Amino acid sequence: MRKIFSKLYMAIIFIFLYAPIVVMMVFSFNDSKSRVKWDGFSLRWYESLFEDDEIFAALTLSLEVAVIAAICATLIGLVAAIGLFGLNKRLKNVMMILNSVPMINPEIVTGVSLMLLFVALCNLLGFLEMGFTTLVLAHITFCVPYVVLNILPKLRQMNPHLYEAAQDLGCPPVKAFCKVVLPEIMPGVFTGMMMAFTLSLDDFIISYFVGGETQTLPVLIYSMTKKHVKPNMFALTSLFFAVILVLLLIVNIRQMRDENKKRAF
Amino acid sequence: MKKTLVSLVASLTMLCMILSLTAGCSSGGGVSGCFDDREVLNVYNWGEYISDGEDDSLDVIEAFEEKYNIRVNYTTYASNEEMYQKIKSGAGNYDIIIPSDYMIEKMISEDMLEKLDFDNIPNYKYIGDDYKNLDFDPENEYSVPYLWGTVGVFYNTKMVDEEDIKDQSWDILWNEKYSGQILMFDNPRDAFGIALKKLGYSQNTTDKAEWQEAYELLAEQKPLVQAYVMDQIFDKMANEEAAIAPYYAGDARIMVAENPDIGFYLPKEGSNKFFDSMCIVKGSEHKEAAEKFIDFMCEADVALANSEYVCYSTPHTEAYKLLDKEIRDNDNYYPSSRTLERCEVFCNLPPKINELQNDLWIKLKTK
Amino acid sequence: MNKKSSVLAAPFALWILIFTVVPLALVVYFAFWGDNGFTLDFIKSIGEGEYAKSLGTSIWLGAIATVICLLLGYPVAYIISRAKGISQRTMVMLIMLPQWMNFLLRTYALMSLLENNGLINTWLRDIGLDPINIINTRAAVVLGMVYDFLPFMVLPIYSVMTKIDHRVTEAAQDLGANGFVVFRRVILPLSVPGIISGITMVFVPAVSSFIISRLLGGGKEMLIGDVIEMLFIQVEGGRNVGAALSLVLMVLMLICMTLMNHFDDSEDSGGMIA
Repeated sequence: MRKIFSKLYMAIIFIFLYAPIVVMMVFSFNDSKSRVKWDGFSLRWYESLFEDDEIFAALTLSLEVAVIAAICATLIGLVAAIGLFGLNKRLKNVMMILNSVPMINPEIVTGVSLMLLFVALCNLLGFLEMGFTTLVLAHITFCVPYVVLNILPKLRQMNPHLYEAAQDLGCPPVKAFCKVVLPEIMPGVFTGMMMAFTLSLDDFIISYFVGGETQTLPVLIYSMTKKHVKPNMFALTSLFFAVILVLLLIVNIRQMRDENKKRAF
Repeated sequence: MKKTLVSLVASLTMLCMILSLTAGCSSGGGVSGCFDDREVLNVYNWGEYISDGEDDSLDVIEAFEEKYNIRVNYTTYASNEEMYQKIKSGAGNYDIIIPSDYMIEKMISEDMLEKLDFDNIPNYKYIGDDYKNLDFDPENEYSVPYLWGTVGVFYNTKMVDEEDIKDQSWDILWNEKYSGQILMFDNPRDAFGIALKKLGYSQNTTDKAEWQEAYELLAEQKPLVQAYVMDQIFDKMANEEAAIAPYYAGDARIMVAENPDIGFYLPKEGSNKFFDSMCIVKGSEHKEAAEKFIDFMCEADVALANSEYVCYSTPHTEAYKLLDKEIRDNDNYYPSSRTLERCEVFCNLPPKINELQNDLWIKLKTK
Repeated sequence: MNKKSSVLAAPFALWILIFTVVPLALVVYFAFWGDNGFTLDFIKSIGEGEYAKSLGTSIWLGAIATVICLLLGYPVAYIISRAKGISQRTMVMLIMLPQWMNFLLRTYALMSLLENNGLINTWLRDIGLDPINIINTRAAVVLGMVYDFLPFMVLPIYSVMTKIDHRVTEAAQDLGANGFVVFRRVILPLSVPGIISGITMVFVPAVSSFIISRLLGGGKEMLIGDVIEMLFIQVEGGRNVGAALSLVLMVLMLICMTLMNHFDDSEDSGGMIA
């Protein structure tokens, strides 16, 4: 009885969460522009997606920003985490609080404050212009905290003597770091980078304020919601959904296999 | 195992970078711009306000890029104020903008526009005399008209009784019979413009009491309003979410195409007449390319394609001749001079009144 | 890794200084310095009338959405944490998956569902039921917030629940506690940290959300996020009041979070959790 109830409850929640996504996917195959009336099956929006320069340009820009921001944020976050790890408790606490500011601050406040900064900087430095550069800088800023938070626990879990042992055996610090420390914390680095990438790709509010004349994909979607979101945007989202689903499935199956192996031993 | 993971990540990131670098060569902005040595022209226009190649129309941007070998970075805005703020605050670098009348007046007064060299815009000769030397740019130094139109009332004949539209008035937007089925402008200038016209005042009044009265009227209307929207009107009217909405005359053609039950009239109390004109932003580094762009937009077939796509009225004499007779003779799109006499063009409001307008608008929205 | 490595924190400190501290200082600056020097006018103008009202509405709607998220999300987290290996992992994945889709598009699709002639009402009419009028109301705005932020509530609670030691619940049962008592006296108190972080993760974005009210609420209500956006993007000279409003919003959110954390701590010291 209780089991049935909880199954029913989960079903309702999942219907609630997925109904809009299903609507999007279904109407990406609609033969007309309507988003409420079904006019037959067609692939025209998928065709028009590949011919749409505006979407393509916005998607490319979003990917460029996300890749660069994720890599930079990971490097900065990695160095920062190692630095923070060695810091005394007092300073570390202060830094950690500041680190968490972009995460807990309302996004709109972060966006507005960065816009004020960049406008001031652009007026100060003639060569800087609102656009790609400011977009990347802003994205790095809100990504770094997540990278730091993913790496720090891994550093804490590590056996500190390993690094010292490597040095005692004559390994130079940088090499010791790469050979001993980095492999240990790699999972954290990797999750941090992935998180940074997805956060950057999905960001709308901050890009909207600091993007200048550039238009990332979410900003383009925003300008579309003001009138009519073309179904080819639904088509893009459906493709994206399929890719994510497949990736998640692969990761999950992998993990499960690993676990089974462990159990077998 | 770990080693492979590291190398996997490294190679993946490399791959992503290379992909994004190469894939984007032909598109706007970012790293990809480095590989494209064409001059870049930043065009900032209203959303859905240019013929873009959909449904076999002319793709104006692409045609321009091919003709002059200039890359266009095309982005859009949703209101004059948004565009103004972005340029004023330095949060965006644009070459071409297409503001409306009152905003052009304001930007000229603040020295934000570049004087045009009309020698580089020979096609300007096609612009009709009625559209030259307008009040917002009296010497005609800064702007070339792109499209124009009026504001009127849209209604769904199935949902609205005939007698209610007989007197062709703004009153229908305040008719309690249609409570919850009325849409209203989501921008202060147009919304207050309607209220002021309904009260019989000028849309450019500087009398604070008249603005206050207009506010009272809008506040009275709020309970009847289903939603304050801009371009979403198309969807909501076509899907019969709402029965009545004020909007720009040219859009009637688009809406009727989607739902034949939609009708339109220009209210008898008078209305707003607007001009959207092409201008070059002060300090533009691509002034010549920008003038080429304006000239290109004034080519007869381009002007025709834009007017056909956007459906707003064209000031271009040759393009006008090429339009269907049905449209040329339609009083909604090309009203007679008698009808136009009832219409007013927005002027730039003094700062005090502008501030009052914004305050009253926020007050209305948070009521 | 020794103390020497701590110099590596310096570049990060510089980065935080430039891109976190200075921008917030600029917000404070614009909130208090107008064209004529220092002034309290901008902050004062928030206290009177419209802005305070909008702030109040946002907090009210955000709070309702947070409570609904908690009521809906807690059982979800509980059920998932009790599920077996594969189905547990699948359900977590299904909860996370919608977050990868663009939230504007999801909200837009939600609008298609809820409209008067939208999909739900069309179906309701088809089976002969009365349509529901929810679009363009406050209820729709709250629904949109719940829809967008529900996973933020489920995931932290779930992750805390999975860490609860089964031996603790078993011990309680052995000592004669029935299911309800075990839940109330053991599981609920142990999941408080998850609830706290869930509440902050939902409340802050819900209060400061913009666009949701425009798409689902018909633009009839301006939430604080919409007002800030309008002041910065649409209104000439709105920057000062906008900055003041951002500052107030930020401080309010900080106070809320400190209160929540305090609540968390006091629970901790209450001795329930060893």
